[in-house]
Amino acid sequence: MTARDVLPILLFGAVAALLPVFVTAGTLLNFAIFTLILCLAAQGWNILGGFGGQYSFGHAAFFGTGAYATAVLQVRYGVNPYVTFLAGIALASVVGWVIGFLSFRSGLRGSYFALVTLAFAEVFRVLSNAVPFTGGAAGLLIPLNQRAANFQFESRGWFYLLVLALVVVALLLTRALERSRLGAQLVAVRENEDAARAVGVDALRVKLSAITLSAAMTGAAGGLYAQYFLYLDSTIAYGTWISVEALLAPIIGGAGTVFGPVIGAVILHTLAEATRMMVGRIPGIDLVIYGVLLILVVRFPPRNLLPWLRGRR
Amino acid sequence: MSFLQIRNVSMRFGGLMAVSDASFDVAEGSITGLIGPNGAGKTTLFAIVSGFQKPTSGQVLWRGAEITARPPHVLAAEGLSRTFQIVQPFAGLSVRENIAVGAFLRHRRRADAIALAEQVAEQVGLTAELDKPAAALTVSGRKRVELGKALATQPKLLLLDEVLAGLNPSEVRDIVPVVRAIRDSGVTVLMIEHVMQAVMNLCESVHVLAQGRIIASGTPAEVVATPAVVEAYLGHGAASRLSGGAHA
Repeated sequence: MTARDVLPILLFGAVAALLPVFVTAGTLLNFAIFTLILCLAAQGWNILGGFGGQYSFGHAAFFGTGAYATAVLQVRYGVNPYVTFLAGIALASVVGWVIGFLSFRSGLRGSYFALVTLAFAEVFRVLSNAVPFTGGAAGLLIPLNQRAANFQFESRGWFYLLVLALVVVALLLTRALERSRLGAQLVAVRENEDAARAVGVDALRVKLSAITLSAAMTGAAGGLYAQYFLYLDSTIAYGTWISVEALLAPIIGGAGTVFGPVIGAVILHTLAEATRMMVGRIPGIDLVIYGVLLILVVRFPPRNLLPWLRGRR
Repeated sequence: MSFLQIRNVSMRFGGLMAVSDASFDVAEGSITGLIGPNGAGKTTLFAIVSGFQKPTSGQVLWRGAEITARPPHVLAAEGLSRTFQIVQPFAGLSVRENIAVGAFLRHRRRADAIALAEQVAEQVGLTAELDKPAAALTVSGRKRVELGKALATQPKLLLLDEVLAGLNPSEVRDIVPVVRAIRDSGVTVLMIEHVMQAVMNLCESVHVLAQGRIIASGTPAEVVATPAVVEAYLGHGAASRLSGGAHA
């Protein structure tokens, strides 16, 4: 990576870090934190779907695993939340690898892969709703204990900065991937898997690496979600809402680009929030907006904003 | 010990014998041609040698060791690289990036891979096209990309599946020296080709496949004079009519 690769990311981090200085309104920080968590989940999807062309419809499987691992281990076994957060990332990546191994080894591509990932996420959702271990249908409450050592902060600003730092790390990782051999091979697999194999790309290994990294990032987003909102149930952790948002954000912002998921996440949440403010809390109105947005983005090229903006310069 | 040996390879698709008991050798440092009418099984044989398909029976030996049905990426790492008859560019990527994917096989660092890609691009005459998306190239350009991608893996044996098909005569004239230069740089070439002008020009030895069987082997001049070959292309009895001047 060169300075030119890293600079925009650091610049973004520095500018975004100024937000808590100027904004103290809880709702706005709340919104910003939630959007950043989505950035992280979406960046995870982007690695597998955007760079690798493997469209997952079940990133909830990783988000939920990260979230539940973070919550369950501290609530049931009293493990320090920072440790459980890392355990959540590790567990999510294991789940990613296993799902990837099962589906990629059997040669599932395209919509078949999407359906299988959706099925996995749904199975996890149903299971986590049924077993008492995860709190079942009643959900799981992380006890309030606002100490920094406990991964809970009295001021939202600190949590915001922590999430932002992780988003910056994710952006740097994605940039490093983009510049690496693995990244080039991943893109080659996306463009033409047989041609990639012919020039020596081990497609299975490349896709497994991608889904593992992808799951880890989305799992981290899940862990942060649990730690911020301190409550989980099966529909939050493994619900389709996160699968949908994690794929919509990169597709709208620019799949296969480093900043695409960030731009998409901001657009997505801003629109959803603005609609809620204007029309009130109609259940599901955000999904309507997402649907309209998706149709517009798919129907009217430029398909994604970032290359378009770049082209205009 | 021969370089590449194909031993009694057969490939059956249901009731169809696409390749039937084919055997031949490719000598190190040669340009060997594989010709035959459409549907003879040439591309299937390539798919078997390059690991994309597992033969029903038979063996492929590479420098004395059996490599039958090893996956393509493993074979590429061992120095066997192929191009596709129907070009398979990474359409969304630039020419430079396309070739670099091949170069990454032996170069972990991006800068090294890109440098090699640019060097290969010069070799195949794509320097002016480096920044263009592969999808924007002409047929001739795409064939060159196909060649470049395979070359960038730094193979010892290059399998070329009709790199000249669909090119006009002047484009053919341009690529023939490129193929010869590749061989002169130490890469053995096995090529499927329909353009006989190029085959006669380039190949030291030629194997003719018809209906899945090897029906003739020899120098280009020898095989085109073989009656069985003429008949494979033109139909039964054609050879005697052509050579004997007999009237039908």
